[in-house]
Amino acid sequence: MSATVQNTQPTHRPFVITGASVYGEEVRDVAVVDGLIVPVAEAPADAIRVDGTGCVLLPGLVDLHTHLREPGREDAETIETGSRAAAKGGYTGVHAMANTNPVSDTAGVVEQVWSRGREIGLVDVFPVGAVTVGLKGEHLSEMGAMANSKARVRGFSDDGVCVYDPVIMRRALEYVKTFDGVIIQHAQDLRLTEGSQMHEGPVSADLGLAGWPAVAEESIIARDALLAGHVGSRVHIQHLTTKGGVNIVRWAKSLGYDITAEATPHHLNLSHEEARSYDPRFKVNPPLRTDEDIEALREGLADGTIDIVGTDHAPHASEDKDCEWAAASFGMIGLETAVGAVQAAMVDTGRMTWRDVARVMSEAPARIGRVEHLHGRPIADGEPANLTLIDPKAAYVVEASTMASRSRNTPFQGRELPGQAVATFLRGVPTYLDARFDQTL
Amino acid sequence: MTGTLLGAPDISRALTRIAHEILERNDGADSVVLLGIPTRGLPLAERIARKISEVEDGFDASARCGALDITMYRDDLHKQPIRSIGTTSVPSVGIDDQVVVLVDDVLHTGRTIRAALDAIKDLGRPRAVQLAVLVDRGHRELPIRADFVGKNLPTSRSERVDVHLTEIEGEDAVILTNGRGGDDA
Amino acid sequence: MRHLLGTPQLSRDEAIQILDTAAQMAATQEREVRKLPTLRGKTVVNLFFEDSTRTRISFEAAAKRLSADVINFAAKGSSVSKGESLKDTALTLQAMGADAVVVRHWASGAPQQLAEADWMHGHVINAGDGTHQHPTQALLDAFTARRHLVADPDGKGLDGLKIGIVGDILHSRVARSNVWLLTTLGAEVVFVAPPTLVPVGIDGWPVTVHHGLDEAIEAHDLDALMMLRVQRERMTGGGSAFFPSPEEYTRLFGLDADRLGRLPEHAIVMHPGPMNRGLEISAEAADSPRSVIVEQVANGVAVRMAVLYLLLAGEESAA
Repeated sequence: MSATVQNTQPTHRPFVITGASVYGEEVRDVAVVDGLIVPVAEAPADAIRVDGTGCVLLPGLVDLHTHLREPGREDAETIETGSRAAAKGGYTGVHAMANTNPVSDTAGVVEQVWSRGREIGLVDVFPVGAVTVGLKGEHLSEMGAMANSKARVRGFSDDGVCVYDPVIMRRALEYVKTFDGVIIQHAQDLRLTEGSQMHEGPVSADLGLAGWPAVAEESIIARDALLAGHVGSRVHIQHLTTKGGVNIVRWAKSLGYDITAEATPHHLNLSHEEARSYDPRFKVNPPLRTDEDIEALREGLADGTIDIVGTDHAPHASEDKDCEWAAASFGMIGLETAVGAVQAAMVDTGRMTWRDVARVMSEAPARIGRVEHLHGRPIADGEPANLTLIDPKAAYVVEASTMASRSRNTPFQGRELPGQAVATFLRGVPTYLDARFDQTL
Repeated sequence: MTGTLLGAPDISRALTRIAHEILERNDGADSVVLLGIPTRGLPLAERIARKISEVEDGFDASARCGALDITMYRDDLHKQPIRSIGTTSVPSVGIDDQVVVLVDDVLHTGRTIRAALDAIKDLGRPRAVQLAVLVDRGHRELPIRADFVGKNLPTSRSERVDVHLTEIEGEDAVILTNGRGGDDA
Repeated sequence: MRHLLGTPQLSRDEAIQILDTAAQMAATQEREVRKLPTLRGKTVVNLFFEDSTRTRISFEAAAKRLSADVINFAAKGSSVSKGESLKDTALTLQAMGADAVVVRHWASGAPQQLAEADWMHGHVINAGDGTHQHPTQALLDAFTARRHLVADPDGKGLDGLKIGIVGDILHSRVARSNVWLLTTLGAEVVFVAPPTLVPVGIDGWPVTVHHGLDEAIEAHDLDALMMLRVQRERMTGGGSAFFPSPEEYTRLFGLDADRLGRLPEHAIVMHPGPMNRGLEISAEAADSPRSVIVEQVANGVAVRMAVLYLLLAGEESAA
């Protein structure tokens, strides 16, 4: 894949992406003029041609689960470095989690995050608001103000911690119905996971690391599925990791509850066996689980029980990972490796097509985040040109030091992934092309 | 000049002579104890002790013979793979104020004996220490000499002297071969 | 053997070599001069991120009796306040030229991280990490058991012996180390603990589990009983208690004179110390002739001398 960029004209020059397989199906050229997809015949003769031969063209990817760390931990990630990581990974929209410092629990903070994202312009940053003030789980935050702000917040989450109190969870679910919001739950029973370090099972027993039982996740999923059903509201369960969790979501959906669920690229690929290295790069919340759980997640994602892949991109400064396992922070970066990891787990295994990938990495997350008027749109004439070009044969060995993220905590360090995003367009502007972010320079 | 240099009868005669020399030098065996340096010094010490007891009434071969493992006193530990530590057994009469006769198979650089002298110092204070070896092949690196020698064998450094004993190899022989390096004793 | 991180990595031959070497080391400790020149010029650092006077002085005595230089380094920093990082500490030790680092750490896996990261080159000896491993404790337990229960022990394992480990298995690095070492040496291991103190996920461990000491004594001819320390505060505190009361624990799992009397006559009683007399072990049991608890301490020095010797005495390239 290469683009013939001859000069440095402004970036909303017309493009024609040639030879790519659209949704991994038919091969056709796609023309982009003034930020919209247009019939190829309407593209001017001097349109820049991007050779997509052998590549797959998907709607721009949307992450419902990103930590950009700004404000507060700019040493780990900024909205700018996170936006670069997103663009490089094929994303045109990311939902930025609320566990910043200060917490994104007011209209002021979410507008600041939103406008900083706009300034940088590499990816649409959709702030997620906190459910409770300061993520403390005690008082509901002013979700209405955030929803009505310029940031137009629809997703609310205390991610990082669980909304643990059942009454507060119930009220939050009810309250967000006002503006068609969704409560994005980090399902974790806090009492059952006090001091927990990794999945509770044979590996934790061997390693002497405090166990994190699957039930600590599943019991909250079950509770919140029932609560959402009871009050008739929307709940989205983040990062499913267990077979039991998949089964509960499947059951709740069968009852017609408005529940959606997510799996991460790392939980789809890596098991608790990785902890035997005691390398904190494999420490994550919720923890890596068993092969049987991985199998259930893949099955659930393929059959639609799990609606989306969310990266849970969680950058951490090196001093928070270059330490003892028990002292290390939970989390892994994931924006730049998501395409390759999903391809490895789902496409190359024959469980999903690229059409399905478009659904779980773009259309469904856009719909759950209520940004489906902007993202996850069809690749069709007249639609906004948010596009991701993926080379499924561009296998590469992951090397943290070459990543766009400010942090280095990738669990795929030194491993080969089968493919990667090679070009990303946000409203017709290439945000990542020929391994560069800014095409105007 | 390679091949078997000493056979079983030669070795037996040499040990008999050494036993007699020990008795002569020390006016009998009243205060003599023998310490064999494992691996092959130990059976040699036991044989010499038995030969002494054959001519010296009242010499209890088993009570006056012990083993001295010198592994932990070597100065070349860091140049070798890990060595197993052998047993050290002090004769039941002890070594304080005794004449200790150290027994080894081959005297070469003298470093083993240097280590043995250090080891003895940590076990007690003998009146005197003497050294008996089956073969002295030369190439000393320290100012050490043997008091009792079975056979002086001039060798080149590249040659190798192997002592075989019935107790260990099932035969008695001293064999000279051309080889890289040599016995480091 | 480059490091001693845990007992699962020890082969039977390696374990027996350590025990045999420890026997020779123990013999040297009965001499007039107990100090050996073996490790002259080597530097051993005792790096303790967690207080343990007993273990530290045992390693210190072992290193000093082999003539190594010993540096004691009590690193600040707990699980609560991180303090100096493991990485910076390791870089400091590297700069000091440590040939071996004896690490005690509150975090499981820290010694492995030190050994595997590219921060320092010295040999790493795990002196207890979190709730993971404490290999020299298991080696001294095995050494003590072999001495008492195996005739002419040199070169032998613990084949056919049945050894019970009683108490807080869940949080015990001693139990985790012993289960693998004792099994490697041919013994059969029996765990005795309330279900709350047995780790989830040990189906693959070579153990039989009992939930009462009487039942275990009845079911097996135990050759040795190892009583683990029960931390009173942790065990019965508030809503996270592992058992209802110390009294109930003692009734079901404590070793007293009566239970001692029902063990086979040759059976020995071990304890890694420090003991809670009256909780997991009664004074009569602790002081009985069958108790080898004091001897364990002496054997600890010999075993640690053996480990230091085997790691440090050989040529560097072969290490």
